[in-house]
Amino acid sequence: MLSVEGLRSKYGRIEVLHGITLEVHSGEIVTLVGANGAGKTTLLRCLSGVQPVSQGTIHFRGENLTGTAPHTRVCQGLLQSPEGRQIFTNLSVEENLRLGAYRYRDERVEKDMQEAYALFPILREKRNLPAGGLSGGQQQMLAIARALMGRPICLLLDEPSLGLAPILVDQILDTVKSLKEMGVTVFVVEQNAFAALSIADRGYVMETGQIIMAAPAQDLLADDRVREAYLGV
Amino acid sequence: MSELLQFVFSGLTVGAVYALVALGFTIIYNASEVVNFSQGEFVMLGGMLTVFIFEAGLPLWGAAFLAIFITALVGVLLNKLAIEPARGASVVNLIIITIGASIFLRGLAQIIFDKQLHRYPSFSGDDPLHIAGATLLPQSIWVMFGAAFVFAGLYAFFTRTLTGKAILATANNRLAARLVGINTNFIMALSFGLSAAVGATAGVLVTPITLTSYDIGVMLALKGFAAAMLGGMGNPFGALVGGLFIGLIEATTAGYLTSEYKDAAAFIVILLTLFVMPQGLFGAKSMERV
Ligand SMILES: Nc1ncnc2c1ncn2[C@@H]1O[C@H](COP(=O)(O)OP(=O)(O)OP(=O)(O)O)[C@@H](O)[C@H]1O
Ligand SMILES: [Mg+2]
Repeated sequence: MLSVEGLRSKYGRIEVLHGITLEVHSGEIVTLVGANGAGKTTLLRCLSGVQPVSQGTIHFRGENLTGTAPHTRVCQGLLQSPEGRQIFTNLSVEENLRLGAYRYRDERVEKDMQEAYALFPILREKRNLPAGGLSGGQQQMLAIARALMGRPICLLLDEPSLGLAPILVDQILDTVKSLKEMGVTVFVVEQNAFAALSIADRGYVMETGQIIMAAPAQDLLADDRVREAYLGV
Repeated sequence: MSELLQFVFSGLTVGAVYALVALGFTIIYNASEVVNFSQGEFVMLGGMLTVFIFEAGLPLWGAAFLAIFITALVGVLLNKLAIEPARGASVVNLIIITIGASIFLRGLAQIIFDKQLHRYPSFSGDDPLHIAGATLLPQSIWVMFGAAFVFAGLYAFFTRTLTGKAILATANNRLAARLVGINTNFIMALSFGLSAAVGATAGVLVTPITLTSYDIGVMLALKGFAAAMLGGMGNPFGALVGGLFIGLIEATTAGYLTSEYKDAAAFIVILLTLFVMPQGLFGAKSMERV
């Protein structure tokens, strides 16, 4: 479904991704773990087309997406909920959700919006308020709900549980599982590596811009090095 | 009393024009944080193109619409040829590019048209209306209602349509806008086109009163800039209030002091705004959580 080959990317002259190769199959949940500054966010930015790629390719559903504009990737069903809840603070919660489905103007928009509200009832309560007034956790929910409005075939989640209370972390992870049941493929970057790996099919470990391990999630959970470095066990 | 009313009429007329110029600044500033100093040239092009298309034989209304359309295209091209290729340059550099573009457009107008003053007939004749001892030109009513119509139309566009909201969203968070699938290059082009059309509309409406020539844009840009600063750069409502305020100040200065000082009024407003409240009257308080 999503395959990345030898991807390199830099900020200015400093290369931060040194040839990433990975594969996400249709219907899978794949988790990417790695220390702060490893390049996880940069990789997701490359996948969405908002960060230039200096070498390597990105294929999505058989098509070469390398170098295409971000909006064409969104049209093809590759959606992202970015790190740091990049919401439209000046617009209302409902307008944020509506813009999540910017490419669409059919009846399903309204239906999806109701589903988003069912998923996060607090958003329904605050739907007419400026999104900038939401709490950090609420903004995170909005960012995820907005990505879902875009009808993802493959959803990229960058630290979806950052700043959320434990009970909400569980809810987000449940949401991810139910997305999988609905046939959405999920590629998730998580600080909370233990929780993320426990719902994932497979996992990758990234260190300073390189993939150093790729294995079924259960194996990573059992691996001593991973446990020590990322699971704090 | 009737004298004051007279100044109010002329103040509101020029003020409406400044408000439209300030609105043009606002639209582009919101989409890109760039203060587009060729905004005055859009006003000039609106008037000058109407003059020459009208003289070429088209009916006045046709000439006016064509002029607005062509100016909008000039705005789109300005973005495409000068701003877009410099993407990634600092905002200051982009502003300098717009100053260059303004000089270029002025030079071009001087070559394509000429250096004379021009006008065309008022839309509804020149017989003034007498109101409480003051006179009001029908064209002034056109200017004021035209400006009101543009403001109302844009308000509806930004609050009611998905495309309008996409412009606001891009202004608010460009990265997020790209991630939801908004083509931000298109939004930039649209903003420049829209802003140019707004400027050209001001030129079309006011030329029968003030006349036009290739170089009227400089002063208009400064007055409109003062209006936008006073109202708070980026706030359309502020643009309206700021424009009318500067128009009124100017008209009363010209009326009660001397018309030689009227241009100074706008500069004093710019300076006072910068010293006393750099955010302007309705400027963003930047309440974003990061
Ligand atoms: N805008 C930027 N300009 C320059 N360097 C950057 C920029 N963003 C990130 N970097 C650098 O690129 C490297 C990778 O950063 P990235 O944000 O991709 O890491 P990450 O794995 O997502 O980290 P975290 O877990 O903290 O989110 C880091 O060394 C960082 O300093
Ligand atoms: Mg990150």
